[in-house]
Amino acid sequence: MKAVKIIAIVLLVAFVVIQFIPVDRNQSDSVPKTDFMLVNDVPSDIKDKLRVSCYDCHSNNTQYPWYNKVQPVAWFLEGHIKEGKSELNFNEWDALSNRRKASKLRSIIKQIESGEMPLASYTLIHKDAIFSEEETKQVVKYMENLKDSL
Amino acid sequence: MSKLKLVIGVVAIAFVTLTAASCKDAKTEKNNSTDHHSEMNANGDHSKMNHDNSDGHHDGEKKEMAMSGDGNPQAVLNDYFNLKDALVGDDNAKAKELGAILATSLGKLDISKYTGAQQSDLRDIVEDAVEHAEHISESDIAHQREHFKILSKDMTDMVAITGTENTLYQQFCPMYDGGSAWLSMSEDIKNPYYGSKMLTCGKVQKEIN
Ligand code: HEC
Repeated sequence: MKAVKIIAIVLLVAFVVIQFIPVDRNQSDSVPKTDFMLVNDVPSDIKDKLRVSCYDCHSNNTQYPWYNKVQPVAWFLEGHIKEGKSELNFNEWDALSNRRKASKLRSIIKQIESGEMPLASYTLIHKDAIFSEEETKQVVKYMENLKDSL
Repeated sequence: MSKLKLVIGVVAIAFVTLTAASCKDAKTEKNNSTDHHSEMNANGDHSKMNHDNSDGHHDGEKKEMAMSGDGNPQAVLNDYFNLKDALVGDDNAKAKELGAILATSLGKLDISKYTGAQQSDLRDIVEDAVEHAEHISESDIAHQREHFKILSKDMTDMVAITGTENTLYQQFCPMYDGGSAWLSMSEDIKNPYYGSKMLTCGKVQKEIN
């Protein structure tokens, strides 16, 4: 019984302490001209879906509601943002050549169709990031059209 | 009493972590400015490592390594064909290795002898192809095959500019992912997208000389 108490206290202390460790916030005031939404004519519902489901990890601006600031969630996000942005940054979309855009679009379609993106570990907390079947169809169709128009 | 100790403990630990964390912050900032360098170094080391590895092996493999290092498009194609063969053989681990080798030889491709417009196309092709080769070096076989499809398009576009020493065959299987092409040195069909599951799906679409 005493041991349980001690462990509980240690865990609690650890939890409190890690809250003090600063994290690099992925935030920026301005949206560059190369942003996916600015250079493409994206219907507003698709815009919203991408912002909610993908922009946290694939842009220069992550939304930080309170649960994204709590450790260890913040760490988890920081790692994924770094990795996610190096794969795909929607803010820098127009800096890509048409070949690279087509490549990325294929990859985006694959990721959404297969349900690999948004990451399951992320949708665990961010329920609104989950794609319904209808939304999947809609976004995939939009991306296909965009690819064909390049 | 023990409550007081606990509070003191928490404050002390928080203080220590904060101090440590702020040190870490300063360091990461410094790292950021040199990020680019270290990345390049890492790439450089990588190719060196490949060469070092080959030292232990027999001469034939050494020669292949040397060939892949000399920056001509033929070296890139050879590495591409090796990768294709690994996929034909359903060999995920080998394909990973060969993906990394292809990424290295792509990075070394010498484009200086082409015209300005060709150079910019080639740069674009290489940038795209490197990314797919790198993904192949770290994915499961289904993903490797997805990336191989786009990589094959890149290689076809590269050959359209650089030409090829040997006759190549562009082959096409209508079943995989709405129809997918690849390049081969041989007329025989050995499908890299299906491997043993459907080895002979496909036909020769075009001969490239
Ligand atoms: C929790 C953070 C996170 C969210 C949210 C997220 N991604 Fe990702 N994404 C990543 C990470 C990390 C990677 C790199 C590792 C990987 O491929 O799993 C990645 C990789 C990718 C890639 C490249 C994959 C490849 O192998 O070529 C694409 C495309 C992509 N994401 C699209 C999306 C789209 C579209 C959404 C929204 C529907 C999305 N992502 C949401 C973190 C995220």
